[in-house]
Formats: sequence, C-alpha cells, structure tokens
Amino acid sequence: MNVPEGLFYTKEHEWVKIDGNLAKMGISDHAQHELGDITFVELPALHVQCKQFKQIAIIESVKAASDVYAPLSGKISAVNKQVVANPELVNQSPYDQGWLLVIELTEESQLANLMDAETYKNYLKENL
Amino acid sequence: MENKKTPLFEQHNKLGAKCAPFGGWLMPIQYEGIINEHQWTRNNCAVFDICHMGEFLIQADALSSNLDKILTQNLVGMPLKTCRYGFMLNDNAGIIDDVIIYRIEQNKWMLVVNAATQAADFEHLRKNLARNNVKLENVSNSLAKLDLQGPLSRDVLVAIAGEGILKLDYYAFDYFSVLGENIIISRTGYTGELGFELYVNNDKVIELWNLLLENKKVKPAGLGARDTLRLEVGYPLYGQDINQKTTPLEAGLTSFVDMKKDFIGKTAIEKKQKQGLEKKLCCFQTESRRAPRHDYEIFANNQKIGIVTSGSYSPSLGCGIGMGYLETQITAIGTEIILLLENIKINAKVVKRPFYQKGSLRA
Repeated sequence: MNVPEGLFYTKEHEWVKIDGNLAKMGISDHAQHELGDITFVELPALHVQCKQFKQIAIIESVKAASDVYAPLSGKISAVNKQVVANPELVNQSPYDQGWLLVIELTEESQLANLMDAETYKNYLKENL
Repeated sequence: MENKKTPLFEQHNKLGAKCAPFGGWLMPIQYEGIINEHQWTRNNCAVFDICHMGEFLIQADALSSNLDKILTQNLVGMPLKTCRYGFMLNDNAGIIDDVIIYRIEQNKWMLVVNAATQAADFEHLRKNLARNNVKLENVSNSLAKLDLQGPLSRDVLVAIAGEGILKLDYYAFDYFSVLGENIIISRTGYTGELGFELYVNNDKVIELWNLLLENKKVKPAGLGARDTLRLEVGYPLYGQDINQKTTPLEAGLTSFVDMKKDFIGKTAIEKKQKQGLEKKLCCFQTESRRAPRHDYEIFANNQKIGIVTSGSYSPSLGCGIGMGYLETQITAIGTEIILLLENIKINAKVVKRPFYQKGSLRA
C-alpha cells in the first residue's frame, strides 16, 4: 500500500496534509482498497465546524456505507466537488485528485494525536 | 466454526481475490473490482465459483415418495432434462429454501440448494420423504459448481463442450463430455444474462476453471458482482429477501407455486390469500448514486412502512436500487419513500421489477 511521507494519518485511515493553518484531508490508499469501488461521496457544507475524530463525511462503496472522521478540529474551508461528481477519483488517486476537504485548524496541538507515515505503516502491518 | 474453502481457494488467491465469509464458506467477493466484473458479465462472459452451494441426488417416484409434496413445483409434469425454480415450504408456508430441481431421469432428481440452508434442507427432506424405495444422497462435498454467465457464454462453452450446447433451451440441461468426464450443464443462472451452470467433480474443477479462463473473453467474477447482477434483475437472495418467515405470496413469487397440486404449506397459502397480505416485497430506486442497504428503515408519510432486505449501487443504472417489504397499501409504482439509518437519509421511489431489462437471458 502506498503511504506517502510527509502526511499524517488516523487509525480510521484518513490522511492529512498540513499547510500553515490549513489541513487538507482524504482517505488512505489502504482505505480505498478495502472499500472497493467507491460510488458516492457526501461532504459537509462550507464553514461547518468539525471535531477531531467525529464523523464529517460519508463514503459509499458498492458493498457498504462508511463514515469518514475529521482528523483535526476546525472549520471546513474547502470541499472537493470533483469527487462528488466522480467518486471513483478516490479509488484512482486517494492522495491527490481524490482529496475530500480542507479544514482551517483551531487546535494545532491535536497533531500529536495523529501518526506519521512510519507509524501508520507499522499500524497497518499490525492490523492486517 | 472455521469457514470452509472450495477446491478453487488457491486459484482465487493467485488471482488476487478478496475473500470473505458467506454461508459458512470463505468465498471470493471480488478480483479486480465489483463494477468491472459486473459490466464484464453484462457485456462478455464471467465465471463464478459457486462450489459452496449444495446438491442432493434423489432417486424416487415423485408422488409415492412425497417429493412432489415437499416442493411447490409440479414434478409429475416436468419433462426429462429440464429444471424448475421452486420452494420447500414449512407448514406456515414460510420458505425453508429456494431450490432448482433437475429431472435427470423419470425417477431421478437433483436439487440445488443454498449453502447456509443445506443441512436444514437435507433434514426436511429426510423427515418428509417416504422410507421405502427412496434414496436421498447429499453430494455437495464431492460435486463442484461453476456458473458461466454473460452474452458470450454460449460461444465459450461450445468450444469446450461441443455444439450440443446450442440446443439447450432456457432451464434445460444435458450431459456433456468435458475433460474426459460426463458433466451436467444447465442453461440457468442468477444474473439475468444468457448463462450456464456446470456441475463437475471436485477433482476436475481446477482444470475446468483454468480451461474456461484460457479464453480471453472470460474473466473471474466474485460474489460481489453476483449480488449486484441478481439484484438488478430482481432475483431474491435467500436469507435476506426471503426466509422461514416470508411466504412466496408476500415475495411475489407465486408463479413458482403450483396451487393445482397438494404440497406442504398449501393450506397456509390459501388462508393467507383469503385474509389478504399485510406486506409485499417491492423494488425501489434512489434519486442519486446513494444505495439502499440491508436493514435501512423505510418511511412514507412520516410512518415506518418497512425495511430494506437487499440494496446496492446499480452499476447498470447508475443509481441506488433495493428491495424490501412494504405495507401492502403503500406499494403502488411511483410511491415516494424515504430510507433511513442514523445520519443517512435517502429519497427513493417504488419501481417495477426487474430494474434492469436488457439482459441476454433468453437470447
């Protein structure tokens, strides 16, 4: 599974890319592989508040509907309309074109609750 | 209890399949992806490992053995080398299983049953069949089953089993010489496409599987695609859409029940017919790509009117589709319903069965 360096990861298999006070997020390659063909993505409205590890979006695959959790607390500052129109982008490009949303951070200290690439790789190994 | 593995388990691993438990078996759910496998079956030809299903051989005179009473189809009138879809019912007309009946000879039958119900089916037969002049044998552990489905399946099979395949009508079968063995091939399936089911001994099934896959028109497909394919044509899945608590009446499957003969459950059906039905199995379609899912609640006019028994995204229609039991007075085509589970709310409409009507089934 592809686990790019420089990103942070959650136990629920979301990734985050930090850029100043903005956090872009999506689901990991492992997560998209596990879900299989993704057929629907529901994203929150702009400016909605989100809380770390609370549900923020829904992804449906052929087999199941799954919650996506906010990796960090903050306010939604952008959503990827491309994945709503083309949910398969999440399968094809989970870290790039398949990103889901951007959070404007309120509590940077929460980063300590996330894993770096190395730790996430080990986490995947242990949980397979 | 550990899940059983079919003789093809290693082949699935080699092909990179994702496997998961189904009916007590570890089965391939998908190889390259459910949607690709679904479309490939609709447009070309796919092979499915269906070894988990059970097969019983019965040597019996239909009437004197009571076999005709155990099944809802009229066995006496069945021509040789044909199959019928029908049910085994309990006294309340609840469905013990949905089965395919094969008439091999005048007094020789094969029943093809679901994996999870196999033991209960066998027990029901053993209990209700006459003792004398009857032989009931469970051959599930030695007989493998492959389904070859899709508009190109006939061409693929002619190359392997000969031109006799061309003579098989819908729901007919015969013996064909394949890999040096005489095997049953029937023109049946669970996808809505032209297709065949092949019954071969376990020790030949790997060879047959690989022989079929040598043809580049054939790809393996898993139970994931099998489920979306069957749902698009409105076929029920035992354990989800039908079970011991539902009858063929509510499920809309009375065309597979012969009311002109006697069978276990008939009295209960007649009683229900008089009383009228409280619920009916209906098909519905969502207005988006969101899918109904098993156990979502169904609402109309702010009242709970049912529950989803099967649901999925439909690769052919590009929207969500599902089936579920609705209160009878709210089942008209076009009725608007809402599907709910926690934070999920989906608008849907009652539609006609089947969802997908362009299948090559009778081609």
